[in-house]
Amino acid sequence: MATIDIVPQESSGQLGQKRVVNDMSIQVATVNGSGSQSSNTVLLRSIFQMGVPISGKNMFPSNIAGLPTWYTIRASKDGYIARKKEIDLLIAMNAETAQDDVKTLSPGASVIYDEPLALDKVRDDLVYYPVPFDKLAATVGAEAKLRKLIKNMIYVGVAAQLLEIDYTEVEKAIRKQFATKAKAAALNLAAAKAGHDYAIANLKKRDPFCIQRMDKTKGKIIVDGNSAAAMGCMFAGCTVVTWYPITPSSSLVETMIDYMKEYRVGPDGKATFAIVQAEDELAAVGMVIGAAWAGARSMTATAGPGISLMAEFAGLAYYVEVPAVIWNIQRVGPSTGLPTRTAQGDVLSTAFLSHGDTKHIMLFPDSMIECFTMAQDAFDLAERFQTPVFVMSDLDLGMNNWMSDPFPYPEKPIDRGKVLTKANLEKAGGFARYRDVDGDGVGYRTLPGTDHPAAAYFARGSGHNEKGQYSERPDDFERNMERINKKFETARSFVPRPELAGSGKAKVGIIAYGTTHWAIIESRDQLSKEHKLETDYLRVLAYPFTREVHDFIAQHDRTYVVEQNRDGQMASLLKLDIKAELTPRLRSICHVHGLPIDARSVTDELMMMEGK
Amino acid sequence: MGTTTNTPAPPAPAPKTNRIGLQVLDYRGGKTTLCAGCGHNAISERIIDAMYEMGVPPERVAKFSGIGCSSKSPAYFMNRSHSFNSVHGRMPSVATGAMLANKNLIALGVTGDGDTVSIGAGQFVHLMRRNLPIIYIIEDNGCYGLTKGQFSATADLGSTLKSGIANDLPPVDTCAMAIQLGATFVGRSFSGDKKQLHTMLKAAIAHNGTVMLDVVSPCVTFNDHVGSTKSYKYMQEHEEPLHEVSFVPSFEEINVDYDPGTTFEVTMHDGSSLRLKKLEQEYDPTDKIEAVQRLMKSHAKGEVLTGVFYINAKAPSFIDMLNVTDQPLATLPESRTRPSREALAQCMAELQ
Repeated sequence: MATIDIVPQESSGQLGQKRVVNDMSIQVATVNGSGSQSSNTVLLRSIFQMGVPISGKNMFPSNIAGLPTWYTIRASKDGYIARKKEIDLLIAMNAETAQDDVKTLSPGASVIYDEPLALDKVRDDLVYYPVPFDKLAATVGAEAKLRKLIKNMIYVGVAAQLLEIDYTEVEKAIRKQFATKAKAAALNLAAAKAGHDYAIANLKKRDPFCIQRMDKTKGKIIVDGNSAAAMGCMFAGCTVVTWYPITPSSSLVETMIDYMKEYRVGPDGKATFAIVQAEDELAAVGMVIGAAWAGARSMTATAGPGISLMAEFAGLAYYVEVPAVIWNIQRVGPSTGLPTRTAQGDVLSTAFLSHGDTKHIMLFPDSMIECFTMAQDAFDLAERFQTPVFVMSDLDLGMNNWMSDPFPYPEKPIDRGKVLTKANLEKAGGFARYRDVDGDGVGYRTLPGTDHPAAAYFARGSGHNEKGQYSERPDDFERNMERINKKFETARSFVPRPELAGSGKAKVGIIAYGTTHWAIIESRDQLSKEHKLETDYLRVLAYPFTREVHDFIAQHDRTYVVEQNRDGQMASLLKLDIKAELTPRLRSICHVHGLPIDARSVTDELMMMEGK
Repeated sequence: MGTTTNTPAPPAPAPKTNRIGLQVLDYRGGKTTLCAGCGHNAISERIIDAMYEMGVPPERVAKFSGIGCSSKSPAYFMNRSHSFNSVHGRMPSVATGAMLANKNLIALGVTGDGDTVSIGAGQFVHLMRRNLPIIYIIEDNGCYGLTKGQFSATADLGSTLKSGIANDLPPVDTCAMAIQLGATFVGRSFSGDKKQLHTMLKAAIAHNGTVMLDVVSPCVTFNDHVGSTKSYKYMQEHEEPLHEVSFVPSFEEINVDYDPGTTFEVTMHDGSSLRLKKLEQEYDPTDKIEAVQRLMKSHAKGEVLTGVFYINAKAPSFIDMLNVTDQPLATLPESRTRPSREALAQCMAELQ
């Protein structure tokens, strides 16, 4: 975001410099509620259709209309999709922020701006492209109320011409964006064309940035993590979803409603799912637990404040041993914090959510594919271990557009865990709900409604013995708590394993998780190319930590744990898990201003901590 | 020694069974740990009798409760039914979730005035709005028994604690609330009114939708003294039945005539018949406005009105509205819950 994110720039184009192809960052500054989302998507897609890897980051306010919003599109021939701080092309559409936006650019960057803003008076070391947006909007012939919307499509046409994007790709992207709205499509095509024609006739290209066709996006999709998660949950056999709206998780369930209506309603019109909007997060998670207890694969999606409200129920589910899948699309806290900005700030609060001795399985997706595949992992783990499982996404992953390979069809059968049927009970004569029959800590459960006189048990949050009967006996309580802990230990070898990158022989290790991954990929290249520092990198996918995580720390002189929170929460969690003598080897690199982490910041801080 | 003849002993009389061949014993639970004389124990007995007489398979029943003395009671009846003792004030959400998962369950929620009206007011409101199929019983003693007798939000204005402290806040009428909010079977009874409670519970079992029964259930330890308006004595003196409640289940032949001039008959969802015989003035239990008005009037007169205040046997339940598969969602096979390869291919194509 321009107003706070002032960075020294080094890679922007200078006048007369040679051309910079397929490597740039474009920032569009608009007012929220002005329809800029569609325009930005069209611009993003046009570049993507040119075969150039892209990412799109929306920096928006907690507001419906009228406040500043920024959208950053990065095009990278090398496939880097983390946020890049340096802006090469600014499209300044918001009068309120335009001056500041321009001031933060580095020399040589270019600016497309609304002519009356007279931004060229602000400084003289930028390349300016003034455009009379209002006049052009009037020529398109839209009614007055639509003009502010189509103004945004005009900049797409201007930018496409300046960046040398094949204009047919812009038209194709507009038709896709407005596929079901012919009238809107026609109007937007006319608007983009007006911008494009104006640029041809009036703007002489004086900056080095351009897009040229390449072949790195063939077969790929563009999607956001919440949609990917929604599809993942649908294909994972989820049957009950209960939720309470909260940014940035709402779109996960809203998208899921659309998908479920399309693919999970039978020819008789009957649904194989129930989705219920609850009165608050307490009720949402209560319903998830009730449904899971009765045998449904049930889930909710929320963010930090919702997680806090779910704390009491999380402890109940942990102790009664009920499966539950909870998506935590993390945003910036504490309190309301920055509700429309991203963070990885709920790692510790989620790990131990509730009172007493409680700890939960967490999964950390880094990509669209993992948002999809970890949905099934989460449901399978929840039912296998009869416990809540938290999927720790974040706003950057959940709400931004990401390029991805198409999702693989799930080949693994759905795992419903240990459930006794009527036939099982007839053979065994009965069962003890909380007895560790198999030595993995996990008891067998029955579902309410099972037609056998010995099927029932009493689920309670109060002290209980193996049969679920009320007990305050110290030995019953202790044995039960130890068994529940054994489940957690068993889970270590069931959760997704971490991913290692590097030779494994470097002295310096890096640990990261979730969206931080994309900055690490780029930072490791920077460290290697610019500083000759070779690193090994372990991406953690789950808590509890698997053996590989301990080994990695033991095998490196020092390991930097990079994350998007203030206190180094994952580093703290690791310190609780590893041998005490290894804890001094961990160093934290933390990033906490609400914007997705970028590679340059990681590289600079790591080198500083290396003392170089 | 004289000769003896071995005559076979007369066969033991077959134990009495209900229409599905179960004995009343099959509906019993663990031994109660509540105080002797607690109203809640009487309510547990009435639940056992009603379930037995209605021939409800105990395996189809799921019991739900929150926290408090009342919420402990599901352990004391129907051991053959699954039960979930959840967290304080949040039982409605757990019950709702379970019914989403398995719509064939018969949900029975047992709660108290603290669990429902104070900490659980939010979930209570939304449970009533949804008209979830559930029998929701508030065992209402006007105090927090398990924490030793503090006032609850149903304690009447001026009612006193054992220590003599008077309640200076007005009570919540859970029945008036439930009627306004959308529950479709709302009534009040008294744990000591065996016949009325028993009959209302049987009718409750026949209802499709939310049954909200507020049952005044004296706390013998903390709220049964002079000055309490939830004591046995107070209830015996102030209970004012609105009508005489009778019920003919669908599986019994109707062989009792009634006078339509004096009796209001409601045909229930399953074909059973609920009959409300007028004791005083005209009363139409399908009229929400009249119901709330009558409740307010009885408060003003210092009466504790009991009976079925409101019923709507035709409203769709929450589960009906969701239009889910006949087979419970909980046990749908993977073939029905995982869309095809073609479906994923189509999803992917839309994103290309």
